[in-house]
Amino acid sequence: MRIEIVNGHIIDPRNDVNKQAGIYIEDGKVVAIGKAPEGFAPQTRIDAQGQIVCPGFIDLSARLREPGQVHKASIQSETRAAASAGFTSLCIPPDTKPVIDTPAVLELIKDKAEQCAYTHIYPIAALTHKLAGKELSSMYALKQAGCIAVGHAQTPVQNLLILRRAMEYAATHDLLLMYCPQERALSYQGCAHEGAMASRYGLPGIPVAAETIALMQCIELIDLTGCRVHFRGLSSKRSVVIMAKAKQLGLPVSADVAMHHLHLTDADMLPYNSHYHVSPPLRSQQDKEALLSGVKNGTIDAVCSDHQPHDIDAKLGAFPETEPGMSTLETVLPLMLRLVEQGHLDLAKGIEILSASPAKILTINTGHLAVGSVADICVFDVNTDWQINGETWQSQGQNTPFWQKTMRGKVTTTIQAGKIIYSQ
Amino acid sequence: MLANKNLQLNSLGKLQHFLSIEGLQKSLLTEILDTAESFADMSEQQVKKFPLLRGKTIVNLFFENSTRTRATFELAATRLSADILSMNIATSATSKGESLLDTIRNLEAMQVDMFVVRHSLSGAAHFIAENAAPRISVINAGDGQHEHPTQAMLDMFTIRRVKQSFSGLRIAIVGDILHSRVARSQIHALNILGAEEVRVIAPKTLLPAQVESLGVSVYHDLTVGLKNVDVIIMLRLQKERMNSALLPSESEYFKCFGLSDDKLKIANKDAMVMHPGPINRGVEISSSVADGPQSVILQQVTNGIAVRMAVMSMAMQCNMRTE
Repeated sequence: MRIEIVNGHIIDPRNDVNKQAGIYIEDGKVVAIGKAPEGFAPQTRIDAQGQIVCPGFIDLSARLREPGQVHKASIQSETRAAASAGFTSLCIPPDTKPVIDTPAVLELIKDKAEQCAYTHIYPIAALTHKLAGKELSSMYALKQAGCIAVGHAQTPVQNLLILRRAMEYAATHDLLLMYCPQERALSYQGCAHEGAMASRYGLPGIPVAAETIALMQCIELIDLTGCRVHFRGLSSKRSVVIMAKAKQLGLPVSADVAMHHLHLTDADMLPYNSHYHVSPPLRSQQDKEALLSGVKNGTIDAVCSDHQPHDIDAKLGAFPETEPGMSTLETVLPLMLRLVEQGHLDLAKGIEILSASPAKILTINTGHLAVGSVADICVFDVNTDWQINGETWQSQGQNTPFWQKTMRGKVTTTIQAGKIIYSQ
Repeated sequence: MLANKNLQLNSLGKLQHFLSIEGLQKSLLTEILDTAESFADMSEQQVKKFPLLRGKTIVNLFFENSTRTRATFELAATRLSADILSMNIATSATSKGESLLDTIRNLEAMQVDMFVVRHSLSGAAHFIAENAAPRISVINAGDGQHEHPTQAMLDMFTIRRVKQSFSGLRIAIVGDILHSRVARSQIHALNILGAEEVRVIAPKTLLPAQVESLGVSVYHDLTVGLKNVDVIIMLRLQKERMNSALLPSESEYFKCFGLSDDKLKIANKDAMVMHPGPINRGVEISSSVADGPQSVILQQVTNGIAVRMAVMSMAMQCNMRTE
């Protein structure tokens, strides 16, 4: 397939490209930028007049709910939604049912994703058997089968000794650990940020210390074990301070934040609206501002969707008993553009945190548009307004606090490995 | 600061559901107290039954155990001539796996008019009010650690009867504020009704985060916190909700935060002593204080019936107007 995208404004942060130019694709790769190669005869021509052309987005955490919870969503539905939102690759946490702790489950997910032919899938394998936090998983076999990293989703490892051994073993096989820091004893039964709003609504709180204590413990173990660790879904100002220090020490660490934590705080929570029930919880305005500064200055490397589609029943009940998580893939781009509009980021930085930065964390050669690179591309219009509703929304999970809201910024074309996987 | 204030009020600003004190106007709270006053007087008559809610069906939906709250709601409904169905849901439908919403839908199908809801989770009454048919009123009889508005209103009623006015009053709420839905409702009600100062007195383990944001001053020493106080509201230690090490022992708690005769003397001479019950004697309060001349604990129970009659009749009349 030969594709040319013309008249668009290319932004490729990794290669410092920010200009109007054509881009030419053949056999799944970028073959030229600016001028078409001699004799290039495109089979498809995309006119991107007035639009941005950038590397396809790479999501560091998206639940697809398959296998095991297809009543919530499926690989088909969510990879299609991801494609419509400009994503070309998704990292899948291991807390599927069954857990991704054997090559068979891992291959099943990859096969299914390939059949669906939307986005590329990077499974994260379980750090311990069945995510029980007791026995190490067969990390070498899982790496051979194609896992990009190991992780523990949001379940706790039983104790620090097991975490230490798991990190040592992961380091042995040069596997990245993707770790959601949360000290379970401190967050037990909590469902909201421990602060004024939780006190007002009588909701059991999760203190910031539940995150920071686990974060600091893991950082100490990084120093001990040499394991490369990516901290997933940080939510607090204190965590940003701790991450800055860890980086100053030269430890092999990186971190991300979910896009909704850069926009919403506990004060935005409508009373008992379960769509605001997420883990980690929406925190204070101060935390939100510090996270934004962290993204801006690079202390926080990337932004992810932390997509968690749910069925209606999962969110229908009293707030504490509902399941945490938002359906977010399709709001990532408009929310990133909102940060740009608000002056927190420039557009190149906004694209970088969704493409080049995740690629760097995963040490994969995508997330940029150099000649010879894999043609993972997103084309979007920054000025298109659209309303989130049953007609526009692609994910099976409609659990978003932005439902019926108008968003600015829409993907018009997504190309993965030279193949158009979404076209408006 | 409830964003969706209208959930409790109909388009005419009348009380349709009674879910929380927060967000309500002083005039509405005063209307509840005034209406309760008329029922309190009538309750002293020989025939204590009024035909206000004849033909209406009220369902007591108690997902959590309760004795006095449930009894006073039943009695209030009976005195208003309503038919009342009391259900202990903890041992029925939901234990068979039925969802809260399905339980509500089934009862709705029985053409009932009001739900009185007690639930162990904060927000449960809101959830039911949002999802129940518009013709049904919902009264929150205590949800998780959130609010227990009728209990707070009966406390306000008791205070007003003794002190006549809220202006200039200093009130201390002592004990397990963290788990107390009553305390949250009391704090909102006292602030709305114009009390001079609301104090909370408790160890740090029994206070919610940033409790001062609710409009209270915070004390960790009972002997300091009781100075110049006109009303002392003791709270029950909710041991059933204490899942972690919150207190070393009941005896140490009583030493530090229990109300004894000596401690009571620190407050103003005519300070009234309240407790929402049930009392843990010798833990939160000594028997001599609980049964002493400054205690209004049993009056609170009596007043609970009048206040619940007031709230039920106001909410039901609101629905009748809507019809």
